Amino acid sequence: MGLVNQTRLLTACSELVRNMMRYADGGVCIIEVVSAGRNNGVRLTFSDKGPGIPDIAAAMRDGFSTGKSLGLGLPGTKRLVNEFDIKSNVGEGTVVTIIKWANG
Amino acid sequence: MDKIPILRMGAFLLVTIQVDLYDRLALNLEADLVQMVNNTNAKGVLIDISAVSIVDSFMGRIIGNIASMSKILDAETVVVGMQPAVAITLIELGLPLKGVHTALDMEKGMNLLKSMIDETEEDADEDQTNDDFITE
Repeated sequence: MGLVNQTRLLTACSELVRNMMRYADGGVCIIEVVSAGRNNGVRLTFSDKGPGIPDIAAAMRDGFSTGKSLGLGLPGTKRLVNEFDIKSNVGEGTVVTIIKWANG
Repeated sequence: MDKIPILRMGAFLLVTIQVDLYDRLALNLEADLVQMVNNTNAKGVLIDISAVSIVDSFMGRIIGNIASMSKILDAETVVVGMQPAVAITLIELGLPLKGVHTALDMEKGMNLLKSMIDETEEDADEDQTNDDFITE
């Protein structure tokens, strides 16, 4: 994976881990090597047992923040990776899955 | 307590980030820099991030804050040495970075600051001349 893609992936991780630390007091990240057809890459799954996100659509909007932050973490991460998925249940936790292809 | 050293060069403050900038360190830097701008009446702040390979939205916010707070205290902020991969990532993240000037290296950064400060002084001089004219 080239330097720019590595930087994108690491920056995305930084955003997601920060969210877990700040809102959920920690979490788990699972790293897997994946491939689909000609694409090779990594899939990271960030899961926490935090408060959950009541309005995911709002959370995915630039500038929306329930903390005093810029609100760019989730929508920004989505722009940095190739595939992005988020599931959350209030009171149970949140799972964010991202895939970055080596040549994506 | 770890601190990032802030060097003073005339009317400028220089900061070089060469370690992994964890949150507490970044927040201390923000507070220390703004305090020092105030104490020294600095006109410019140069932040060298040539050794920084990851800038996330938190760091971006810190840099933006430093620029805004310094501006209120009459100092301009120039970030120098941004790595290309970092520049690409910052744009894709959507970080606004308003009021943050950039330059390729320290020398260009200082020249940029000097030209900005000269412009402000020229404007001040022009204002004075107009006042004299009106009093006549």
